[in-house]
Amino acid sequence: MFRTASLVTVLTALGATTALAQTDITWWHGMGGRNGEVINEVAQKFNEAQTACHLTPLSKGTYEEALAAGIAAFRSGEQPDILQVFDAGAATIIAAKGATIPAEDLITGAGKPFDRNAFIPGVRSFYADASGKFIGMPFNSSAPIMYVNTAALAKAGVSAPKTWEEFEAIAPKLKAAGYIPLTASQLTWQFVENFKSRNNQQFATNGNGYDATEGTEIIVNDANTVMMFDKLKAWADAGYFGFYGAGWADNQKPFEEGKAALWIGSSGSFGGLAKTATAPFSADFLPYWQSLGAGKQSFIGGAALFAMAGKPAENTACTAEFFSFLTQPEVQKFYHQATGYVPITTAAYELAKSEGWYESHPVAEVGIKQLMLPAGDWTRGYRMGFFPQIRTIEEREFNRIFSGEVTPKEALATVQTEANALLAKFAKTAN
Amino acid sequence: MTASPQTAAPPAKQAQFDHRWTPWAFVAPQLLIVAIFFYWPSVQAVTSSFYLEDPFGFGASFVGLDNYREALGSAEYRQIAGFTAFFAATVTALALGLGLLLAVKADAVLRGAGAYKTALISVYAIAPPVVGLIGMMMFDMHIGPFTRAAALIGWDLKVGIDYWDTAIALITVAVWKQIPYNFIFFLSGLQAVPAAVREAARIDATSRWRQFRDVTLPLLAPTAFFLLVINITYALFDTFGIIDVMVKDKPANNPITLVYKVYLDGFKGNDIGGSSAQSVILMVVVATLTLAQFRLIERRVHYG
Repeated sequence: MFRTASLVTVLTALGATTALAQTDITWWHGMGGRNGEVINEVAQKFNEAQTACHLTPLSKGTYEEALAAGIAAFRSGEQPDILQVFDAGAATIIAAKGATIPAEDLITGAGKPFDRNAFIPGVRSFYADASGKFIGMPFNSSAPIMYVNTAALAKAGVSAPKTWEEFEAIAPKLKAAGYIPLTASQLTWQFVENFKSRNNQQFATNGNGYDATEGTEIIVNDANTVMMFDKLKAWADAGYFGFYGAGWADNQKPFEEGKAALWIGSSGSFGGLAKTATAPFSADFLPYWQSLGAGKQSFIGGAALFAMAGKPAENTACTAEFFSFLTQPEVQKFYHQATGYVPITTAAYELAKSEGWYESHPVAEVGIKQLMLPAGDWTRGYRMGFFPQIRTIEEREFNRIFSGEVTPKEALATVQTEANALLAKFAKTAN
Repeated sequence: MTASPQTAAPPAKQAQFDHRWTPWAFVAPQLLIVAIFFYWPSVQAVTSSFYLEDPFGFGASFVGLDNYREALGSAEYRQIAGFTAFFAATVTALALGLGLLLAVKADAVLRGAGAYKTALISVYAIAPPVVGLIGMMMFDMHIGPFTRAAALIGWDLKVGIDYWDTAIALITVAVWKQIPYNFIFFLSGLQAVPAAVREAARIDATSRWRQFRDVTLPLLAPTAFFLLVINITYALFDTFGIIDVMVKDKPANNPITLVYKVYLDGFKGNDIGGSSAQSVILMVVVATLTLAQFRLIERRVHYG
């Protein structure tokens, strides 16, 4: 079935090419399942909207595999026109200046309008350089948010916590009501990266790594981050926090089964959760520490699209055409509604709102609202090379915390040491 | 008139070719494949291992033995090496032992032998990632039957969180996958033992154990040696698919093998120099191991 379908697609694509002498461009991405299908639909919309270019998306597996495939292809001169790169890989591709054409230069160079301020504040700087120029084109964007089992909270007679202090107050009641008060699916993203953003904490030297690659060091062994993990460990020991390893789904499952009261997931999770959750749910912002501040916006998660360098001029023109197409509110709205990722332009958000989308889907608005919260000095993002490996180190150490092998302080000290060694190595390769 | 051929008969086993290049033409495709898929990447790996390179290949700087120093100096790398040795030894010992036991028992079965053998062999047809998937489901921390069974005896099995629980799960699945392979070879080895020898053994030996130890086992030695080499290679390399699926792409603090570490640093971490140095280390270890096996053990193997 699938094979036949793709064969038909290929044949149609070939037919279209020969008939109209279109320019073919390719787009490698790391999405699967329903999200992968939506990418095909976006490409189809683009192909139908104009006749000069024909875009063919191709899934390369996971985010990491897509990046690895893109890099290998670039080295052999076979790169796609467009490559999707995830948040943790941003520093790697942005540091490789000759490998990409900055998205902003591409669009303005093609004589098309580009307005940085049209994008919602949370996405403006994550894939931009220090001067604010967009290098990557933000694409699928998400925020870590808290899903709430409404039945559980009603049974315990409590309301959803806005802060971690409030969580500490209600956790015993949720436990007494027979629930696991809290689970979370990706501690690296939710309790390190976005602990930094929500609480406006510095994440790395050199302005979170934006100002220079040389000498950038991560800051995770500080009193506040250690406090966050001391609390998580204490909550786990008290039965307030359920930890089920580094896998995303294992930590989501108790919430789906209605056993957990609160789950920290992605704003992009709600589409799937609507199908799998056995209990009614709502969502709220990722809690912050009142003791540390008033709660700022979170970092953008997800991935961006990069225009690869070294392609013929007509291909590059088509890529510009596609990037420009992606900023259209209608396109953004379609992608937002089909996937659950947040709309990345204010216009698209306003459009979805004016059509009453959030009245019927209130959970869909939580992520974007969180990204539109007030910004702080340390909320624009971070720029650290070899970051996928740094996350791997964090995952290893966090498992050790919850299996009781190391204390949070020891774990974060190890992360800091090993991550800094990687950052130093990255700085050497970047020069 | 009796016409007897004057030319001497060509010596046996020596093929005749019209040109001296013809034999090379026949072996060329094979040599080409070996060169392209083995020698060329190996040379590349060795070269890369001395450089620090940005992932996109814009520039590489020669760093000498830095990448090796870094790998061997890392406590994590040494721990993974230790686990790899333990994993390879355990998987090989268990897979060979159980494969042999089942083969000996199957050899003795008279009725229903076909069904018994098919049931054992069929597992071999399952691809490693699928085996990993089955293992992942069996040991799932929420719904896995093994996890539930362990809970019955009061063992809180936490595959994916607890290091040794995950190690046990990986070893169980890796052994399960390899038993049929060993079983097939041992069974055919056993069936090749001549009936006369068996009968003589039955008369001379006092116990079935003595028959097995003094007669059957020495005759199985060539098979066992071959399987030893194959099983160690399997445990070191072919278990990659099982590990990748069972740690769900996120190894965290779970046990992994050296090959998995190469993949992790090279493909997920984009650290080409470091990952190349690790693969060179692995190549040297495997070459040494294989050489040692042939030097030390094979001398004691008697090929009938």
